[in-house]
Amino acid sequence: MTALTGPAAVKAPRPRSGGTRSLRGATAVFLKYLSLVLASAVVLIPLLAILLTSLRTAKEMGSANPLSAPHHWLNFHNYVTAFNDGHMMRALWNTSFILFFSVLGTVLIGSMTAYAIDRFHFPFKRLILGLFLIASLVPSVTTQVATYQIVNNLGAMDTRWAPIMLYMGTDIVSIYIFLQFIRSIPVSLDEAARLDGANSFTIYWRIIVPLLKPAIATVVIIKGVAIYNDFYIPFLYMPDDNLGTISTSLFRFKGPYGAHWEVISAGAALVIIPSLVVFLALQRFIYNGFASGATK
Amino acid sequence: MSAPQTAGTRVPALPSPPDDAPGRRPRGRRARPGGGTEPRPRRRTRRSRWFTPWLYLLAPLTLLVVFTYLPVADMISYSFTDWDGISPTRNFVGLDNYTDLFTRPQLFQVFWVSLFYLAGSVVQIAAALYFATILSFNTRLRNLFKGILFFPYLINGVAIGFVFLYFFQPGGTLDSILKAFGVGPHLWLGDPHLVNTSLAGVSVWRFMGLNMVLFLGAIQSIPPQLYEAAALDGASRWQQFRYVIAPSIRPIISLSVILAISGSLSVFEIPFIMTGGSNNSETFVIQTIKLAFNFNKTGLASAAAVVLLAIVLLVTWLQRLLFPDERVEQS
Repeated sequence: MTALTGPAAVKAPRPRSGGTRSLRGATAVFLKYLSLVLASAVVLIPLLAILLTSLRTAKEMGSANPLSAPHHWLNFHNYVTAFNDGHMMRALWNTSFILFFSVLGTVLIGSMTAYAIDRFHFPFKRLILGLFLIASLVPSVTTQVATYQIVNNLGAMDTRWAPIMLYMGTDIVSIYIFLQFIRSIPVSLDEAARLDGANSFTIYWRIIVPLLKPAIATVVIIKGVAIYNDFYIPFLYMPDDNLGTISTSLFRFKGPYGAHWEVISAGAALVIIPSLVVFLALQRFIYNGFASGATK
Repeated sequence: MSAPQTAGTRVPALPSPPDDAPGRRPRGRRARPGGGTEPRPRRRTRRSRWFTPWLYLLAPLTLLVVFTYLPVADMISYSFTDWDGISPTRNFVGLDNYTDLFTRPQLFQVFWVSLFYLAGSVVQIAAALYFATILSFNTRLRNLFKGILFFPYLINGVAIGFVFLYFFQPGGTLDSILKAFGVGPHLWLGDPHLVNTSLAGVSVWRFMGLNMVLFLGAIQSIPPQLYEAAALDGASRWQQFRYVIAPSIRPIISLSVILAISGSLSVFEIPFIMTGGSNNSETFVIQTIKLAFNFNKTGLASAAAVVLLAIVLLVTWLQRLLFPDERVEQS
């Protein structure tokens, strides 16, 4: 992340040592880099195997070692098959639709909750805060048996609104992020605006929301990654083929392409590449976002 | 529940703008009077009527109740019935579902499986701690290493499932690498004794980077003076870790431990995608989902979910009890 790290600065006053010490130091440095390189290899080799396989033809598949180079590096045939037959365009549209409305809803709901709780005094405030706190301890994966019935009764089954409502309604972490951030916005700003005749909604919309931008960026990133990668909720609530998201459409490769690993690999690569691009473009925000998201 | 209070009293639109009163405005209706020029700074004349905060809370509270509290309440009530999830009638069966649950041998199998994931998360936290520490020291290409180790966390779960299905294939990538070291091929996913180790390994692969980034963030927020003081006192790297780093990141470690425990109990995605729960790899959540949606035993599945929820809450409560947020003071 940043260059100024604590321990790094302390490195200087160390070399006050004899020959054996520096030898030990050299070994330690070697072992350190060895461990880093090994760990990186563990991360990269499975991904590399998929990438190489996705560039092979069906004929090549029989004989090749998974890590050998494909005959033609630019054989994108499998990608075309995966994209068209896997209905990835439709999946991308469905995922984008869900992503847009869920993220928008999460930001509005989270910031409104934080505004109400932090800027007003009202009866049962502690109770309300407690309700949100306890809810964050309930893993949503445990309650799906009953949630399923509720979604069913709401008539939202097999519509894109089912995941949208669930993503908006069960996100306590973003409420915490907003709550934490809103405390650092001075109340005097609200008061000044109120003197100028602003009502509470104007204050929320014109003052609080613009100042919450960093928190909004964090929530958009965390939420965006979570929704793009989520499998469980679309799998349960949108079994319809036409409503496949990125995850469920990829999952459906399993049947028809069971033995065609070159096509499955291309499908997996198609799903991974956007994540990689976003990661490379937004690295710093992503690290900070997840750090503040997980620690609340 | 206090939400209906708001819903009942429908009020015309949003609160009106304040009557332009001079002086400092208190922060809400219960705020301290005084400082203002008005004699009675309360209610009606004020901008914030009693219902204003409830207007903002209307949507969030509705969603919270409908998608968190109502499911929990429903789940508990289903767990005492023999409901199949479809038919309009259900019979009260008392504790039958719970006795059924605790007397089936599969239950213990499912808990046994989660021990593999728990062991995996111990490895994961230890590795994350190690890499976070060495990356916080002066290291070449540290951003590259950090990026590589973190990236798996951002990958789609289904894609990870396929990546490792291929990786673990008989004669696949892993076997051909191990062959170079003289290790024979294994049925990584086909052998019932090995499958859970393989799957827990995938889980470590996926989540280690997140733990590492969290630890790294915590380590980097330690004020550098602490290291300087330690270095002046002649502390070795290990002593720096033991006495400076470890105590400072204790809260985040304890948070990771609790997440690891509840995470290992509610593993779903990776085994479901990769093996579908076959070969002894069924987890608690896979079992519950199958009971509810494949075998239409909503009552029994609800009982299982209630048990899981109770365990997770118990673990969280124990952790809070044992490690009440002891923040290290960092001047």
